[in-house]
Amino acid sequence: MSILVFAEHDNSTLKSATLNVVGAAKAIGGDIHVLVAGQNVGGVAEKAAQIDGVSKVLVADNAAYGHQLGENLALLVAEVGKGYSHILANAGTTGKDFMPRVAALLDVAQISDIMRVESADTFVRPIYAGNAIATVKSSDGIKVITVRGTGFDPVAGEGGSAAVESIDAAHDAGISSFVEAKMAESDRPELTAASIVISGGRGMQNGENFHMLEKVADLLGAAVGASRAAVDAGFVPNDMQVGQTGKIVAPNLYIAVGISGAIQHLAGMSDSKVIVAINKDEEAPIFQVADYGLVADLFEAVPQLEAELKKVL
Amino acid sequence: MKVLVAVKRVIDYNVKVRVKPDNTGVDLANVKMAMNPFCEIAVEEAVRLKEKGVATEIVVVSIGPKAAQEQIRTALALGADRGIHIETDEEVQSLQAAKLLKAVVDKEEPKLVILGKQSIDTDNNQTGQMLAALAGMPQGTFASEVVVDGDKVNVTREVDGGLVTVQLNLPAVVTTDLRLNEPRYASLPNIMKAKKKPLDTQSPADLGVDLTPRLTTLKVEAPQTRKAGIKVGSVEELVDKLKNEAKVI
Ligand SMILES: Cc1cc2nc3c(=O)[nH]c(=O)nc-3n(C[C@H](O)[C@H](O)[C@H](O)COP(=O)(O)OP(=O)(O)OC[C@H]3O[C@@H](n4cnc5c(N)ncnc54)[C@H](O)[C@@H]3O)c2cc1C
Ligand SMILES: Cc1cc2nc3c(=O)[nH]c(=O)nc-3n(C[C@H](O)[C@H](O)[C@H](O)COP(=O)(O)OP(=O)(O)OC[C@H]3O[C@@H](n4cnc5c(N)ncnc54)[C@H](O)[C@@H]3O)c2cc1C
Repeated sequence: MSILVFAEHDNSTLKSATLNVVGAAKAIGGDIHVLVAGQNVGGVAEKAAQIDGVSKVLVADNAAYGHQLGENLALLVAEVGKGYSHILANAGTTGKDFMPRVAALLDVAQISDIMRVESADTFVRPIYAGNAIATVKSSDGIKVITVRGTGFDPVAGEGGSAAVESIDAAHDAGISSFVEAKMAESDRPELTAASIVISGGRGMQNGENFHMLEKVADLLGAAVGASRAAVDAGFVPNDMQVGQTGKIVAPNLYIAVGISGAIQHLAGMSDSKVIVAINKDEEAPIFQVADYGLVADLFEAVPQLEAELKKVL
Repeated sequence: MKVLVAVKRVIDYNVKVRVKPDNTGVDLANVKMAMNPFCEIAVEEAVRLKEKGVATEIVVVSIGPKAAQEQIRTALALGADRGIHIETDEEVQSLQAAKLLKAVVDKEEPKLVILGKQSIDTDNNQTGQMLAALAGMPQGTFASEVVVDGDKVNVTREVDGGLVTVQLNLPAVVTTDLRLNEPRYASLPNIMKAKKKPLDTQSPADLGVDLTPRLTTLKVEAPQTRKAGIKVGSVEELVDKLKNEAKVI
């Protein structure tokens, strides 16, 4: 068996989610190669070569892949991937965008968001917002898979010494182009990689009030997330949404503030190790999944939390 | 410009799903069904394009059992012009759904195809991208803004780090994200009018598509449930527990 792992990066840094995907590849077992596709990605390729358990890094360095356009990536990955038994990518917005396209070009099904490997052709994935867990078996020759990072431990990012090989396949489908990106700037850890996450919901009332959560986050080295209601109301940007249709997180500690606990929200955070809920309504469903619940007005509790943490940390 | 919208009949998002005791799937008997919420957003976007004079005709298509006609009628009541029902009681996986939609695209030749980004039952997030690949069209996935400009469309996409705007040649595929628009409700007169709008029924065989599934569901289980923990009386107690009991800070 040979497995192709698509490296997630922004042309300059390798995203840590790639290490979880390699973890999934190891669970399948076989020779693991990593594909780095982008523009001026020499540094990323070097980093990828150090990932534990990877035997080869393929580099497609071309302007056509600079903005990770799905049309172009799919042509590349479908061509390179033909020689492999499995093609894996992180189930982030990049993988979700181009991988189904790869699957269709190869005339195979895609298995989305796997959280466990049972065998080389059988995988476990959540359906119905995680309210049911399906075990599915693929009969396709090539398995095209997106991986839910929280389901697999990351492998070490150092210590490996894979061969780096460049491939000069330049696929530009010529039907799409990049216009602009508006990325959220933040010094805090990435939501999906953070070991502590503090999220706010509609109860926060406005975007200004999220500063209260940011202060706590900075004390804990945490990322800040939100419910859909908070994003829809314009309090915070979309990339902060945790849930079925947002980001899936499983930190050591998840603190939900002013969030009721709708199933769509729980789908994104209920695998967290410890859950804390702060809500003024003692009937809020979030308390049914919380390890520690505090029935309180968040406008009193959050500043107290900040003060208390300052004392003990 | 003709716009094609794909809508799917799924379990209503308010329903608490239950796994069948024999682990073969989810219990759908007597459960409230509805249009997939992302498909509602797709229909709404098409209707807005028509109201702006950009779209001239909206064709809505659904694949599924006879009852999927309810969702087509809902879309017609919201402003779509005619419906196509591809009737099957078999399991249709994303690749096969995309092949059926590709056959419809070949016949109808729409300039824009709008789908939901994901259906809330199987949570696959695949069909639109697969259709785009099969039809050789560009794709604007997870759209939060769609602006048609001559023979191109600019799509702003919700991605992990923020927002990215791409320009696509038409014809193109767009899949909707939550912030694209807020769908309207159908008015009673429009629901009545929708009953008279044309709805054409076809079979997968008519379209020459083989539905043989590539994935077999071996079992479906209920997730491990979390147990409610304890209520703490104060912030002080909370911080103490986190530090000394859970040891997570
Ligand atoms: C197709 C679809 C997809 C969805 N995807 C997602 C998703 O990915 N993520 C997601 O989060 N949601 C998602 N939702 C939305 C979800 O159903 C809920 O509407 C949403 O999670 C509610 O957000 P909330 O808990 O912030 O708001 P609410 O449900 O309004 O809860 C606010 C809570 O704040 C509490 N509160 C108010 N004021 C205070 C105060 N001063 N102090 C303490 N507590 C206070 C209230 O008691 C209440 O419990 C989706 C819905 C659909 C239909
Ligand atoms: C009777 C029946 C039984 C089934 N049983 C199972 C089962 O046991 N296990 C299983 O995994 N799958 C089953 N399916 C198939 C499953 O419900 C999906 O149709 C299929 O997996 C497509 O993937 P998706 O809906 O998750 O696509 P996604 O890619 O998540 O959907 C995205 C978008 O594609 C469009 N779309 C998808 N499907 C349709 C459609 N049917 N009609 C129109 N537009 C559509 C919509 O715009 C939707 O928002 C069954 C289907 C039927 C009809």
